[in-house]
Amino acid sequence: MRVLRAPFDAAEARSLELGETVYLSGRIVTGRDEMHLRALRLSDRGEEVPECIRGSVLYHCGPIMARGADGWRAVAAGPTTSARMNGPGPEMIRRFGLRAIIGKGGMSREACDAMGGAGCVYLAAVGGTAVSLAASIQRVCGVEWADLGMAEAAWILDVDRMGPLTVAVDSSGDSLYEKVASSVKRLI
Amino acid sequence: MIKLPEPMEQIVFNLLKLANTRLPPDVGWALEAAAAWETNGRAAAQLGAILDNVKQAELLGRPMCQDTGIPVFYVRGEIPPSIREDISAGLARATAEIPLRPNTVDPLTRESRGDNLGAGMPVIHYFPEACGFTEVSVMLKGAGTENMARLGMLNPSEGVEGVKRFVAGVVLDAGGRPCPPGIVGVGIGGTADGCMAMAKEVTMSSGENPDPALKALEEELFVALNGSGLGPMGLGGDSTVLAVRIKAAHCHTASLPVAVNVGCWATRRASVRLSGGRAEYSQEASL
Repeated sequence: MRVLRAPFDAAEARSLELGETVYLSGRIVTGRDEMHLRALRLSDRGEEVPECIRGSVLYHCGPIMARGADGWRAVAAGPTTSARMNGPGPEMIRRFGLRAIIGKGGMSREACDAMGGAGCVYLAAVGGTAVSLAASIQRVCGVEWADLGMAEAAWILDVDRMGPLTVAVDSSGDSLYEKVASSVKRLI
Repeated sequence: MIKLPEPMEQIVFNLLKLANTRLPPDVGWALEAAAAWETNGRAAAQLGAILDNVKQAELLGRPMCQDTGIPVFYVRGEIPPSIREDISAGLARATAEIPLRPNTVDPLTRESRGDNLGAGMPVIHYFPEACGFTEVSVMLKGAGTENMARLGMLNPSEGVEGVKRFVAGVVLDAGGRPCPPGIVGVGIGGTADGCMAMAKEVTMSSGENPDPALKALEEELFVALNGSGLGPMGLGGDSTVLAVRIKAAHCHTASLPVAVNVGCWATRRASVRLSGGRAEYSQEASL
């Protein structure tokens, strides 16, 4: 069982093979539609964007969080549909040098090309496995842009052996989803 | 008036807790069966992770998926006059206490109230009947599947072949986005709005279709879709759908509406029947 340590560099991303199953430990940050739009808008205006985004492993996830006496805790945190981020995704990958995106369902060809150019991979988590994935979150280290709401905020998380994750787009931009889609049999 | 063992708000809370934390038994068995017949290793591992997650959710009393969806309520039988307020109160409390993700937002400003209420919410369908009981059912509809809902206003001359092609096309084009393997709900006929309502409602049902022609159609689509190779999460494999369920209604002579409304692997439902001061909870199919 291969366990990646995040954050990691482009060489590590390039060592991952299409279809390989991995687990991930270390620092990740969540982001959905609104987080992408704000990060790009601020960066367009030359304003500061939280440091946790640059070179990060970005998790397409809108978690359920609960605030206890000792801070935030993840209740349920499975992947969301990555295709919704196809619009801002490619620019996000290029501009912030993302090393990996964790999500479900895959992304557009343009986003895969951006991954290929930047040395970034797409790791498919099993959709809906929100309790198991939340259990891998050891610590909620912080939250940026909490005003976007619980689902859309950028949560900074420390995870331990999060997975299983399938390398569904490799660092050359090859996509397992495209391979499966092109071989799907239309029997009707 | 139906006598209740506890306030309706509490009953709605219990219903939401049950639906969020426990998978209906027929859906669980279908997943177990899929895991048993799956020949693709990666797909079998994904199904294993799903089954693990289902067990942990039940054990910890946590929502099995973070997308606790838009709850769609169906109220059948005697309709209590305050049911809308009671469901709203129960849903707001469940959102804060279970907790559920606050999903509802203004469609244009995208502002969230944080309590899963708002204009047009909660969604409730009423089926009044003089039967001496009230039955409240809930389906939790996540956006991954709802975003893949499609309505086809076919030309009547396209016939049953056209219907099959449309349904298969929607499911295969959706790929991994609606978290397959799930339950494919299909409405055929009716009006445009009624057709989609049937497609959604029918994902709540289980067991054999009483109409032999529709049953045959369900089986044909089930076999064809599972032979497609799309697999769990669209990453390849033998398990693309757990079931295909079809409901039909008469339609205009110049129309052939067909609607597809898919449920994910976590097709969540629960119902409660209230009569004589008792509340019986169930996750068997209703409607």
